[in-house]
Amino acid sequence: MSSPVLQTHGLVRRFGGFVATDNVDLSIAPGARHALIGPNGAGKTTLINLLTGYLEPSEGRVELMGRDVTCMPQHERARLGLVRTFQINQLFMDMTVLESVALAVSERNGLGTSWWKPLAVRGEVIDEAASILERLKLLSDAHETTRNLAYGRQRLIEIALALALRPTVLLLDEPAAGVPTGESQELFETIAQLPRDVTILLIEHDMNLVFRFAERISVLVSGALLLEDTPEVIAHHPRVKEVYLGEAHV
Amino acid sequence: MTTSNSIGTPSHPHPGAAAALDRYRRSARWTPLEYLFWCLPILAYFAFPGNYLLLSQIAITSLFALSLDLIFGYAGIISLGHAAFFGVGAYTVGLLGSNGYGDPLLGLFLAAVAAAALGFLSSFLLLRGSDLSRLMVTLGVALMLYELANKFTSVTGGVDGMPGVEVKPILGMFDFDMFGRVGYIYSVVVLFVLFWFARRLVHSPFGQSLRGIRMNTLRMPALGVPVNRRLITVYTIGAGYAGVAGALLAQTNSFVSLDVLSFQRSADLLLILILGGAGHLYGGLLGAIVFVIANYLLSDMNPQYWQFWLGLILVLVVLFARGGILGTARQWIESSRQRAQARARTESPS
Amino acid sequence: MRREDLFRGSLALESIMTILFDGIAAGMLLFLISVGLSVTLGLMNFVNLAHGAFAMLGGYACVVLLNSYGVPFLATLPAAILVPALAGIVLERTLYRRLYAASDLDQVLFSIGLVFMSVAAAHYFFGAQQQPLHLPEFLTGQIHLPGVDVGVYRLFLIVAGLVVALLLQWSVIRTSFGARLRAAVDNQRVARGMGIDVNRVFSLTFALGSALAGLGGALGVEMLGLDPEFPVKYLVYFLIVVSVGGSGNILGSLYAAILLGVADVAGKYYVPQIGAFIIYAVMVATLIFRPHGLFGRPHK
Repeated sequence: MSSPVLQTHGLVRRFGGFVATDNVDLSIAPGARHALIGPNGAGKTTLINLLTGYLEPSEGRVELMGRDVTCMPQHERARLGLVRTFQINQLFMDMTVLESVALAVSERNGLGTSWWKPLAVRGEVIDEAASILERLKLLSDAHETTRNLAYGRQRLIEIALALALRPTVLLLDEPAAGVPTGESQELFETIAQLPRDVTILLIEHDMNLVFRFAERISVLVSGALLLEDTPEVIAHHPRVKEVYLGEAHV
Repeated sequence: MTTSNSIGTPSHPHPGAAAALDRYRRSARWTPLEYLFWCLPILAYFAFPGNYLLLSQIAITSLFALSLDLIFGYAGIISLGHAAFFGVGAYTVGLLGSNGYGDPLLGLFLAAVAAAALGFLSSFLLLRGSDLSRLMVTLGVALMLYELANKFTSVTGGVDGMPGVEVKPILGMFDFDMFGRVGYIYSVVVLFVLFWFARRLVHSPFGQSLRGIRMNTLRMPALGVPVNRRLITVYTIGAGYAGVAGALLAQTNSFVSLDVLSFQRSADLLLILILGGAGHLYGGLLGAIVFVIANYLLSDMNPQYWQFWLGLILVLVVLFARGGILGTARQWIESSRQRAQARARTESPS
Repeated sequence: MRREDLFRGSLALESIMTILFDGIAAGMLLFLISVGLSVTLGLMNFVNLAHGAFAMLGGYACVVLLNSYGVPFLATLPAAILVPALAGIVLERTLYRRLYAASDLDQVLFSIGLVFMSVAAAHYFFGAQQQPLHLPEFLTGQIHLPGVDVGVYRLFLIVAGLVVALLLQWSVIRTSFGARLRAAVDNQRVARGMGIDVNRVFSLTFALGSALAGLGGALGVEMLGLDPEFPVKYLVYFLIVVSVGGSGNILGSLYAAILLGVADVAGKYYVPQIGAFIIYAVMVATLIFRPHGLFGRPHK
């Protein structure tokens, strides 16, 4: 059993008196297809924010590929390969699709401080960006301004930006949120086709997608990990049903 | 080292996309319109031989606006006190000139260094807090400098200004004449050189990352970008550019007055940039041309009227033409293009 | 102790007391003018740099009535309150409202434009000079309190300021309007969802803020002066009060205004060479260490 690629030890995050993340010990194996589920307000996005460094923990440690990254700022973790997507699109609205992805690629290639040669002239960056767009079937919109695209298409850009960074660990925060059902299937096909050297941690509400995709599932409730196991076990676990049925006042 | 996973070799993109890619590849090239624009200063030299001082003012204000465009139009940093760097540049030249170091190029260089140093130091104040606190910090720094210059009259001449700033001939050969001819050529050359650098900067990966920072500061660290470092860098560069503009003013006028540091100057600059359109590089230049010429043509107008109309234009631009001249023009071109495309689609058999 | 030391000591004490009283009085004026800006910022997140123009409007209303029509000073105050309030309602409904969703920069630019226009208009109608103001007899002179002589008008300002502050605080906490205001400040979307007419709260608050500014402007003619450059001259002071006191925080504004008033008066007395430099330096320093103000909570 190889060592986990992403791990937390006793991770705690408080906001004043409120405990958003409660002593979480998470362990993600390399190449995993790991899902994080839980009712609304369970603290899933907060956990992602702690993993990526957007938030600092009140207590505990985060380890990426064996390294303690607890005090490491966001951008350095991203450079180590820990990449996330956002639940609500965080895009560059006035840039074209190609410009956005090219920017991500150029940053990944360490060109961010290069100030002389135009980005547009760098063939290898544009080729790489173009091939990412092609994989996500965004190439036809390459010259469109992000603002003018449908939300579903914009969601694909969100994924494209993440892929451009060549992630080792990809944290997907509700990738299908806001996407019409037909298109979300396509989205998941793309994610499912990612090679095994990319480890994926997925937050999702759509249980069909979760059970089709995930090999391990962690259940987060009120900031704490309730349990972690295979989809079959989780699907039939009485406490999980209780947590979900209990909170759904239909 | 991470493996090159999901990418692989790029396959052949379909034809429509190829056109888009080509268009992008050419986007950094100088357009004919740009060449045309830069003929203007040359034409003006021959067309308006009696107005060299005015033309120099246009060039200097353009450079000043360019400096603000870099930090605001591209990096999104709001500043109500950009005149601080302008003033530091002007007073650097003034102090050098009053003490016998009148070489213009040396003056430019030291002015840029002084202004950039101040920019670098004050940039750290801008990293924390909201837009409002940034506004106030930039305003506060400029006001502090103004007060300092106001009080230390022995050094700066205070309200009376610093007259008799000695300016030696450029490169030992070109003496500043009293018609301002040499001064104008000098200003335009400096403007062009610095503009050229700025143009390369904004098209470079660094410049594109600034655009990203302005459009979505949240996303950038998630892309691995050390945002603060980029902001400090561009703010320092912008400050240096403003310092050069101030130095040019001092050199072409042989005089430094206290208003180089005034709030009015900072506010007017914002107006100029917004009027022309921020984030296009040429917007600041356009705005400067319009502003300086309008100011000149209307100079015998009651200054209160001028002030009133400035305010009114600012209000109207913000409410109705937010992109300024260039921004609105681009929007208009873009929407006519889209309408043409839509028409083509409905007309062609599907 | 020797007699000279006692003498010098009592002089020093006297000047300290004078500075304190003058400073607190100035602070009250700043509070009256700035509290509207603070609440507007906290409520609509609108950066209104033109707020000083409403104070100026109140000042000119008072001065015109007093000098040209012989209206007694205290009787001009209702006009100083109502005219800016009306102007506030009109401007809010027609112009400001369009920009609530706009970026901070747009709001700043817009309000700077308004500042330019108001300064030019004031120049046009009233000329560039300082407006003279002769206080009524009963507000002039000094009161002899143990240890110090206090100006009557200073005392009047301090009392007026405290009364307004208490009234405001009471109304915000006790009245239903105040409750709606607090709800809207805290969370606009939820407040709307609860059926609170947020737009009306905005308009009324804006009017109230402008009214108070007008009152402050009128009361302040004697101490702060009144000329067309007023909105620009004191802009930084208002911004300091708001940012140090925390936007939307009434009592915070009061404390910040008093601090600022005392600091300014003391600075001008003890180190006149440096003048306003100290104030700006203090502002910058505060913003470095507490970007959300000494008393405020983070907004946005």
